[in-house]
Amino acid sequence: MKIRKRTFGLALYFGLLLLPIYWMLNMSLRTNADILGVFSLYPTDITFGNYIKIFTDKSWYSGYINSIIYVSMNTAISLSVALPAAYAFSRYRFLGDKHLFFWLLTNRMAPAAVFLLPFFQLYSTFGLIDTHIAVALAHCLFNVPLAVWILEGFMSGIPREIDETAFIDGFGFPSFFIIIFIPLIRAGVGVTAFFCFMFSWVELLFARTLTVTDAKPIAAIMTRTVSATGLDWGLLSAAGILTIVPGALVIWFVRNHLAKGFAMGRV
Amino acid sequence: MDKWEDNKAWFLVLPVFVIVAFSAIIPLMTVVNYSLQDIWGPGQRVFVGAEWFKETLSDHRLHDALWRQFLFSGMVLLIEIPLGIMIALAMPKRGWGVSASLVTLALPLLIPWNVIGTIWIIFTRPDIGLFGAAINGLNITFDHTSSPLDAWITLMFMEVWHWTPLVALLAYSGLRAIPEAYFQAAKIDGASAWATFRYIQLPKMRGVLTIAILLRFMDSFLIYAEPFVLTGGGPGNSTTFLSIYLVKIAVGQFDLGPAAAFSLIYFVIILLFSWLFYQALQNVGKGEKNG
Repeated sequence: MKIRKRTFGLALYFGLLLLPIYWMLNMSLRTNADILGVFSLYPTDITFGNYIKIFTDKSWYSGYINSIIYVSMNTAISLSVALPAAYAFSRYRFLGDKHLFFWLLTNRMAPAAVFLLPFFQLYSTFGLIDTHIAVALAHCLFNVPLAVWILEGFMSGIPREIDETAFIDGFGFPSFFIIIFIPLIRAGVGVTAFFCFMFSWVELLFARTLTVTDAKPIAAIMTRTVSATGLDWGLLSAAGILTIVPGALVIWFVRNHLAKGFAMGRV
Repeated sequence: MDKWEDNKAWFLVLPVFVIVAFSAIIPLMTVVNYSLQDIWGPGQRVFVGAEWFKETLSDHRLHDALWRQFLFSGMVLLIEIPLGIMIALAMPKRGWGVSASLVTLALPLLIPWNVIGTIWIIFTRPDIGLFGAAINGLNITFDHTSSPLDAWITLMFMEVWHWTPLVALLAYSGLRAIPEAYFQAAKIDGASAWATFRYIQLPKMRGVLTIAILLRFMDSFLIYAEPFVLTGGGPGNSTTFLSIYLVKIAVGQFDLGPAAAFSLIYFVIILLFSWLFYQALQNVGKGEKNG
């Protein structure tokens, strides 16, 4: 009985959670005139016109490609530098370790607005403006600390005897780390990749500041195009729905990893 | 478990240090530099010392924004942390429901922040939005563009909708890491559900809750895009949070000096509170372990 009440509560919560997203889906399948003309709980004349426009207009769909490129780069960079660092934090005591750990985290605390100008200057000095790598590097500022923190939790859950045995068996550090250790925390790597993907995908200020046209993210294109054409609710909703799709695909593919990762770690 | 003591571990953290420092240190020093100067244009600047800091600290609009910010972040933590824990406790532990719940929970987190604002504009508009139309259908006048209270309610709904899943995901991972034997022991002892929660589950979630509280505090204190899209800081100044006010000064009026001083004070406040939370949560855990 009690279990059933819980499940009911959970179902109710998920229903409420999906409602705003459903409403946007509803809007995206209708024309703007239809949306403003009649109030309807579901689309009566389903049209894919909004989606077709986005998929055929380069200024729209290139935004999705740009976002996907820099987010993937960021996830790859964050994971590859955070893995050895997290190992160091979980296994060793060294000069300044605690301070360094907290310092990393302070990089998530700076208000972006004023830092954008020096950021722009710094990246243009290196000729990186309007490249995907610039956004990927800038996002490392908040993703690398988080990745280190999450991975450290998973690594501390692996007993140190495994390392010791491997070293006695004659493994060097790099081969031990890649062949034995990383597979052990596979699920943790999955969870970390999900978090890096997520925070890089949703960030707008840095991505917009560091790009002009060639690497412009979809979220920025949405704001620009909308203000230029007046508000086309249908088109805006379709673009919004499409920003959810890549993330939803990622979680769908890693869902088993994610379930296992969340089960084994303290994240 | 004692860690090995070895300063060579620095080689392992060096890449992280370099990549973060590249983006962190030079911009930070530039902002410190701005905060001490009056800048009119390229090459035209004068050293003013602590002038901007004094001016910023006595700006009453900033004080108002700061109190609003504390109220907002406080409410966010008070609602989202308990709600997230409740959701995590109610989630299934095995079977297909686990994947389904995780995927559903993650959806709001994956939407770009300005799109979140857009979704809620569409959802709450009285003419085309489900929420707006429904609440007006109940004969309650609700308009987040003219009533400050309604604007706050809408913002809180949006914020809770957007971020509670993060707390729930983290809490769930903490709960799943507790060995089943603990629950069996509690059952044999005849512990109530509350006692099980208070003495087994809550202490075991300390690590993940520390991360959840810190992340939610930092991100809600820095919130910008969502309220900017939804309310633009209005009606009046009722939802002008610190970052919205900061952007008004930095971009709207292009007062780099005061804006830089403001950012540094802002940064120090977040740093101070995060550190306090961090210390407090670490110490709470120690008490539990000994007891």
